[in-house]
Amino acid sequence: MSRRPRVLAALVAAALWPGWLAAPAAAAPADLDRHLAAVASADAAVQEEAAAALARSGDPRILPLLEALREGSVYVRTLPDGRRETVIAGDRVTAGGRAVVPLFRAYGREPLARADGTPVMADVASLVEVPSTRRLRVALRPLIDAFTATGQLAAPDPAARRGAAIKMGNTGDVAAVPALEAALGREQDRSVRRALEEALALIALERGDDAARTAAARRLGELGSVDALDRLQRIAGERPPGAALGDAVAVAVKRIERWTLVASTLETAFQGLSLASILLIMALGLAVVFGLMGVINMAHGELMALGAYATFVVQNIFTAHWPGGVDWYFAVALPVSFVVAGSVGFALERGVIRFLYGRPLETLLLTWGVSLVIQQGLRLWFGAANVDVMAPRWLSGGIAVVAGVQLPYNRLFIIALAAVAVAAMYWILFRTDAGLRIRAVTQNRGMAACLGVRARWVDAGTFAFGAGLAGLAGCALTQIGNVGPELGQNYIVDSFMVVVTGGVGKLAGSILAAGGIGGLNKVIEPSLGAVYGKVLILVLVILFIQRRPSGLFAAQGRHADA
Amino acid sequence: MKNGYSRRDFLRTTAAVGVGAAAGIGFPAVLRAQGGAVKIGVLHSLSGTMAISEVSLRDVVLMAVDEINATGGVVGKKIEPVVVDPASNWDLFAEKAKQLLLQDKVSVVFGCWTSVSRKSVLPVFENNNGLLFYPVQYEGEECSKNVFYTGATPNQQLIPAAEYLMSKEGGGYKKFYLLGTDYVFPRTANKILRAFLLAKGIPADSIAEEYTPFNHQDYQTIVGKIKRFSSGGNAAVLSTINGDSNVPFYKEFSNQGLRSENAPIMAFSVAEDELRGMDTSALVGHLAAWNYYQSVDTPQNKKFVQAFQAYAVKNNLPGGDKRVTDDPMEAAYFGVHIWKQAVEKAKSFEVEPVRKAVYGQEFLAPGGKIKMDEANQHTYKPVLIGEILKDGQFRVVSRSRGLVKAEPWSQYTSPDKGCDWIKHKGTYQKKA
Repeated sequence: MSRRPRVLAALVAAALWPGWLAAPAAAAPADLDRHLAAVASADAAVQEEAAAALARSGDPRILPLLEALREGSVYVRTLPDGRRETVIAGDRVTAGGRAVVPLFRAYGREPLARADGTPVMADVASLVEVPSTRRLRVALRPLIDAFTATGQLAAPDPAARRGAAIKMGNTGDVAAVPALEAALGREQDRSVRRALEEALALIALERGDDAARTAAARRLGELGSVDALDRLQRIAGERPPGAALGDAVAVAVKRIERWTLVASTLETAFQGLSLASILLIMALGLAVVFGLMGVINMAHGELMALGAYATFVVQNIFTAHWPGGVDWYFAVALPVSFVVAGSVGFALERGVIRFLYGRPLETLLLTWGVSLVIQQGLRLWFGAANVDVMAPRWLSGGIAVVAGVQLPYNRLFIIALAAVAVAAMYWILFRTDAGLRIRAVTQNRGMAACLGVRARWVDAGTFAFGAGLAGLAGCALTQIGNVGPELGQNYIVDSFMVVVTGGVGKLAGSILAAGGIGGLNKVIEPSLGAVYGKVLILVLVILFIQRRPSGLFAAQGRHADA
Repeated sequence: MKNGYSRRDFLRTTAAVGVGAAAGIGFPAVLRAQGGAVKIGVLHSLSGTMAISEVSLRDVVLMAVDEINATGGVVGKKIEPVVVDPASNWDLFAEKAKQLLLQDKVSVVFGCWTSVSRKSVLPVFENNNGLLFYPVQYEGEECSKNVFYTGATPNQQLIPAAEYLMSKEGGGYKKFYLLGTDYVFPRTANKILRAFLLAKGIPADSIAEEYTPFNHQDYQTIVGKIKRFSSGGNAAVLSTINGDSNVPFYKEFSNQGLRSENAPIMAFSVAEDELRGMDTSALVGHLAAWNYYQSVDTPQNKKFVQAFQAYAVKNNLPGGDKRVTDDPMEAAYFGVHIWKQAVEKAKSFEVEPVRKAVYGQEFLAPGGKIKMDEANQHTYKPVLIGEILKDGQFRVVSRSRGLVKAEPWSQYTSPDKGCDWIKHKGTYQKKA
């Protein structure tokens, strides 16, 4: 809507006519010239008629003028020989105390230049502004929309093409049919093809004769078009079953309703899975630190914030030094955030936490203090405001799996990341020597130490590993939410909820709890809303903990002995 | 904004008490300077959750004070601002307001952002007959003698935005999804919007209403619902989502394949200052309704923006020349000037004469001329609908014809009520 159509039109114009740099600007065809003068009239009715005539020409080089008219940046200048010319004015600048504007030709919006090639700058006071009344703007809007939508059908971005097709279908304008059919002929992308077919059927449903409408209704039913449901139901009200059209509409409505149910079920399942994966990746680090080691780590959220800020820093380094590869900063940020948070975790364990093993309350206070220190440090270093972590292009948008269900890439990525993280954790804990030592220390610290395991270093390593997982979670969450000093606060309660519900000390419990809470939340939310959905989940968790104080899986490990 | 007393609240209170104590030591110096000066209070949160928005308001108020002092002050007296930090803590707002009025004896206070903070200081100003200039758009339904509202009432923001979306130019939308954060402003705003839409013939089943908690992050379900709601292409979203939640909401919206062409989001709480920390790519093309934008093309606005950025550089404020201006900042800025003009007209700093002198004052604000109401505490303002651009600025797509009179009591929810301090004592019942 904003600048793109103009750029597009300019590109089209440039392509049509390669000599524009050197040769004098293209003159408008004679009949258009007349309308170009008329559009500057003081009479709104004359203006409107001229604008419509210009739009009917279908000439892409008219679009910039129509947009400028709507914005109110069209002026009339008087040439030295007394002729009057309609021009478009650019952004106002101040030169020598006067407000001046660069001028553009009304036809094609090419910059007007003097003989020596410098752009023509005109004093605003010397120009006569072409009035842009509300009435004119109302009349212009559909003209511009038709222009831009047709242009968008050829846009390189499939999402833009799809959006344009949906819009044209919803408008139901018969004039759009040739453009849509032409687009359908050359379109390769499956989801855009579907949108184009749907748009054509929607237009036929509104405007065609009964036979065409029957065919359109049938086609919409086959496509499972949710967009058509309202209209089909309206027609069903007017046309009782019996006639061909009425029957076709009734069948189509039934098909679409069935399809909507399937699609929304699919969607809910995916949403549940997505929320579960987010909860899991948040809780994974805590499951190690709190679950296996028994350290109540109140700074878990802040370790996540560190991971998120590490991502922000990596992004800034990329934009500063390697702008071409900025889309891949995220791939680098993942390991970096793990290492940063892991190192802080290591220092934390070696520095303070190791002196307080077996004293949970002191640990709680201490880690809380640490969380405040990290939070305030982030605030001092990066500022209190949120920072802007951009989504790389390969994580923006989504894949349309079936009609009406689009799975966002960022959520698919987090599901995959959670799966990989869980697999890696299991592999480390159960397939490597390091994992064997961790499990040994967890189960019986004294015995493990007697057998030559360096328990203290295992503690430090385990804590650092858990902290690193928190950093990884922080990195992943930059693609979902905000990055600010208080990021940790938003997630820590959910993290503890998952670990406690799952049963302290059991990784499988955390995984199951994340899945259960995530899935349940998404099943409840559509009917109860976000606020009461959350309340109900908390009530259910409290009831569950009352029944089973040790969570889904009974605890084993160091703290179970205490 | 949050329930309960979290550990951060505790720390904030502790810190604020400490700051307050430290400020107390400085009082004698302040008193000594009283000869040729008049004191005003600045009551904006400089720490805590609201600091992100309110710090800018303090900055712009102090800039206006500097401007006035540089041109000789008010009736020959220099203005001496007393800045306090209520730390986003609603109880502390009342405490600090009391301190400003009784201890520092300020002539006027500029402050507050959230409605709950305003409600908390309201009794303090009414009982001690103080004067507060409140610069943020709010939900209306208030008519205090001691508060001047320089922000918009619902009919100066919500209703014109809905009208625009329903108009042919705005796209002729026929279904509306009212989405907000769960607290007083969105709930009241949506009550008024719903009454308006019903009055305009929109059937009840074409209006959906939904709320999310503060800091809500997971908008999957809601965006899914909007997607089904907007199928058919004639639905728009009216969003009163506040603060942090906007980024995940807009991101999810675009990731699920919804575009502003198919279902536009009209936001009432997203301005230039909030867009500073956001990845704006998902927001481009969506709409907002305010009474001022940084991009407004007037000579005095150019001067205002430049002056503010220069002020930020000179005083070493974070952000420097990258700072932006927005609607509440403009309202805070012209509030100071309106007060100055009223003092000059009344030739007094006393609350009663100044209050009466404010009625009907006009000022050439950065966004265009504004006028204070002749009979109550609100402001005539222009209404602008803007489209979000990639650089976090707005392009104006629709502008009200002239100034819109404020309606503290919406004609759609409380048609029988009016607010008038000249002929009546505040809120009164209109005769049928």
